[in-house]
Amino acid sequence: MASLNKSTFLNSFFSYLPFIFLFFSVFNEFDFNYLKLDYFSFNFIFILIFFWTLRNPDYLGYFSIFLAGIINDVVIGIPIGISSFCYLLICAITSYIRQITLSPKFINDWLSFIVTVLLINSIQVIILDLIFLYQVDYMNYLINAGFTFLFYPLFFLLFNILNSKISLKKND
Amino acid sequence: MVKGRDDFVIALRSAFFKKKEKQKFSLISLIILSIIVIIFSNFNFKPIQIIKLGINEVIYRSSYISSVPENKIKEIISKIKSHIDLHESHEKELIEIENIDQILALNNFLTAENKKLRELIDESINSEEIFARVLIDRESPFLKSIVLNRGSKDNVKIGMAIMDRNYLVGQVIEVNYSNSRALLLSDLNSKIPVIVQPPYLQAVASGTGKDYGVIEYTKDEYEENQIENKVIVYTSGLGGLFKPGIPVGKIINNSGQIEFFSDFGQLSFVKIIEFKIGEDK
Repeated sequence: MASLNKSTFLNSFFSYLPFIFLFFSVFNEFDFNYLKLDYFSFNFIFILIFFWTLRNPDYLGYFSIFLAGIINDVVIGIPIGISSFCYLLICAITSYIRQITLSPKFINDWLSFIVTVLLINSIQVIILDLIFLYQVDYMNYLINAGFTFLFYPLFFLLFNILNSKISLKKND
Repeated sequence: MVKGRDDFVIALRSAFFKKKEKQKFSLISLIILSIIVIIFSNFNFKPIQIIKLGINEVIYRSSYISSVPENKIKEIISKIKSHIDLHESHEKELIEIENIDQILALNNFLTAENKKLRELIDESINSEEIFARVLIDRESPFLKSIVLNRGSKDNVKIGMAIMDRNYLVGQVIEVNYSNSRALLLSDLNSKIPVIVQPPYLQAVASGTGKDYGVIEYTKDEYEENQIENKVIVYTSGLGGLFKPGIPVGKIINNSGQIEFFSDFGQLSFVKIIEFKIGEDK
């Protein structure tokens, strides 16, 4: 009985992990997007949202992604709604990829990811720079997009392990 | 892969409009909602402002609480570091203490002289200080700012100066009921009028989005004067927001880059100051 309870707890804990990672990333001061290192930063949230909404959207709801975006904007200090809009656009792209893909392949995901990141970063720069007249560093965005792309395989591996664990527990 | 125009439309439609079992909202409705939020958050209607203030209050506090464990770890690391560097910093401080008495005496004389000269031209500079704790210092590639635990209930106003000890670190750009946000001098959008001394030239100190600032809009003479002297950057007082003479940073390696005196990554308590510059009545 005890082992059954433990398994149920672990099962629900694992299934909430993507959600916990997302809110931990937006609430916390520690940010991979700004590591205080010159020419090095990557957007962990983009990787997280892209992977989970592509591979297992049941564990990362659109509304929670919308909320996380609002929180991120308030904490960082940019106009409210911009991050939500960008995160939801990632969801839209992953949802479209899911619709047109019969058998998912890592390399396809990876290539779609770089296109997505470049598109989303461009939209964010356009909104911030041209509409809200914030001065932004284009080089920062480019470097960020590059490293986010490079780090995708690593997190893909980790999230895939978690995903298979969740799926396995669910099927048990 | 789905082929053909119809299939593309079908795939697009189901991507945006179809809800999965566990999703409570369709993607398109949330995207529209976020666009509405972006548009409305920039209107200055009172109800929207109140909602915005409420959101800020809740999120700032929650973020502060969720960052407590991480801040504790940072504190421990910083303590360990200071223990390791103890001998080196002690040696440095000994050298500084040797000179401090002379500097103090000169400083007292100059302060008194300055006060007298201001009295002669009927000018006074008064200031009100509010001490604040830094709630969030999460910097992003887009905005370098800190959130403070003092807001409109403590008479904090937009434009007030933020100081760490005697050094300028930024200014208030957003005020909520119990907290406020200050833009740091290192932010790309920060520009303040300064004096480069020597050779006492007016300039503008701009943020770069990195840990240093740059000197802009000044005479070429300034570059020629960048000799081996330490060139210090002070506020010029133009614009009336800050009093003249607040130390900002020093220019490093003849590069026009300002190394700020204060370490913006280590701010825990700061002073929010309003300067009242005007004629003495």
